[in-house]
Amino acid sequence: MTTATAEILSFEEAMEKFDPVLGFEVHVELNTRTKMFSSAPNAFGDTPNTNVTPVDLGLPGVLPVINRVAVESSIKIGLALGCKIAEKCHFARKNYFYPDTPKNFQTSQYDEPIAYDGSIDIELADGTVFTVEIERAHMEEDAGKLTHMGGATGRIQGAEFSLVDYNRAGVPLVEIVTKPIVGAGERAPELAKAYVAAIREIVKNLGVSDARMERGNVRCDANVSLKPKGQEKFGTRTETKNVNSLRAVEHAVRYEIQRHAAVLDGGGTITQETRHWHEDTRSTTAGRPKSDADDYRYFPEPDLVPVVTDDAWIEKLRSELPEPPAARRKRLQTDWGYADAEFRDVVNAGVMDSIEETIAAGVKPATARKWWMGEISRRAKVAEVEPAELGVTPALIVELQGLIDAGKINDKLSREVLDGVLAGEGTPTEVVAQRGLEVVSDDGALLEAIDGALAAQPDVADKIRGGKLQAVGAIVGGVMKATRGQADAGRVRQLILERLGVEG
Amino acid sequence: MPEITREDVAHLARLAHIDMTGEELDRMTGELSVIVDSIKTVSEVAGDDVPATSHPIPLSNVYRDDVIGETLTNEEALSGAPDNAAGRFKVPAILDEE
Repeated sequence: MTTATAEILSFEEAMEKFDPVLGFEVHVELNTRTKMFSSAPNAFGDTPNTNVTPVDLGLPGVLPVINRVAVESSIKIGLALGCKIAEKCHFARKNYFYPDTPKNFQTSQYDEPIAYDGSIDIELADGTVFTVEIERAHMEEDAGKLTHMGGATGRIQGAEFSLVDYNRAGVPLVEIVTKPIVGAGERAPELAKAYVAAIREIVKNLGVSDARMERGNVRCDANVSLKPKGQEKFGTRTETKNVNSLRAVEHAVRYEIQRHAAVLDGGGTITQETRHWHEDTRSTTAGRPKSDADDYRYFPEPDLVPVVTDDAWIEKLRSELPEPPAARRKRLQTDWGYADAEFRDVVNAGVMDSIEETIAAGVKPATARKWWMGEISRRAKVAEVEPAELGVTPALIVELQGLIDAGKINDKLSREVLDGVLAGEGTPTEVVAQRGLEVVSDDGALLEAIDGALAAQPDVADKIRGGKLQAVGAIVGGVMKATRGQADAGRVRQLILERLGVEG
Repeated sequence: MPEITREDVAHLARLAHIDMTGEELDRMTGELSVIVDSIKTVSEVAGDDVPATSHPIPLSNVYRDDVIGETLTNEEALSGAPDNAAGRFKVPAILDEE
């Protein structure tokens, strides 16, 4: 096994000399109840080889039957990607020999995909929009899962034998293929990540896939080639298989650009092949030479009759589509009155849904943003979880903000209240009572503390009397200290000025 | 002029994982050429106005509802396998092909 790290050029130098061309094949596992061509359950994590029928095992004499819901989900994906839907299409056999398919072929689509010629707009983190053209989206079935046993590393080379679980064999897949993406330049790795994120978001929003990348519901093969600056003709591409996290997609594309650049810059040629991504070394190694489509000897699947669509069926499915994620974002930004940068930060922080729920519960948009982008995001970062996973509910924010608005607690105390709530000490009101956090709103008690602070810092008091209002902060600080932070700083300031007879 | 060459047959044999002797390749090249020539006569009859047929039966949209049916047990699934381990089919290690 050749694991030696290949020579790579710095990304900056690669970008000076070459233009990257990208292409993606994203496989989406549908969340139908049953498989594509059999009535076996489509379920994850069950006992191996129990979600199988004779069809899934490719036993002699079986006949597959198409799952109607899988076809409808595929059409919905096509529509969401702006594709045309084929009036008529059929399945084809893709022939290859590998134990992940017991039939020695994968039932797929070849010359007639269910959906073709679409496009989606991909927005990068800074708001730049790239349009990615979709070549096709076709229906097929997933393969079984192989576990390679023995050998020193457990990797495929050196394995002594493999164990096969066919529970996943026959699970409905939609493969989404882009046209070549040119012009991304140095944004190529970022675009790669954003594209896969967008596909994941779309299929999740459609409700046709669980879209969990860690379970392999969405899997990406990333094609990369380079052409020297100014050249029209595409270079030779490599296909990095099964890059299965958003971060890995970005890293793999970046690595392949740098590796291609080093090979080409040194006068070498790129071999058309598949590459394996290694998360540990953040690099790729050579897989197999890429087969020509001819080598798969595709032919129409004789056991399945064609899928024929009509306007009535397609329009019915179109009417069932939810609001597209991009349109929803636009609507929410307008409704909430957030500036572009504010809204982008909200989206990138992954708190848009939480803010929507919080606003729906009666919190003002600006206040909801302050909570989710401030205190909650900060805590999430410390805990290394997503903000939405902290357990902060809209109802909790409503109650906390209500206590602040009523002057019962201040911002600083509200953080301590949140601590208490997240520690399981009860509702905000209960935590305030138990921890004795209510602000000192009794002016008598405040004046006592103010007199103490003024007496302790007579020089500061003189400065304030002399008109240096910014010196008030030092007295306010003294009062807050004396009241253990349980005072309303604004009220304290007002009382100090009154006490000293100075106009605020 | 045969359209099928010996190299074509050797390539197909490799894709199909079939070991063929030199003698078999020679014979099969001739036989496949005859078959291809016979089928070629179809394209002489069918002009551009005749759409390609993928299925001879005029049927379409045969679907099944998305309802879970009967499945095999693990024992039944593995009953025909030459070897198994840990509830799974045991196969020789094969270098990455697909």
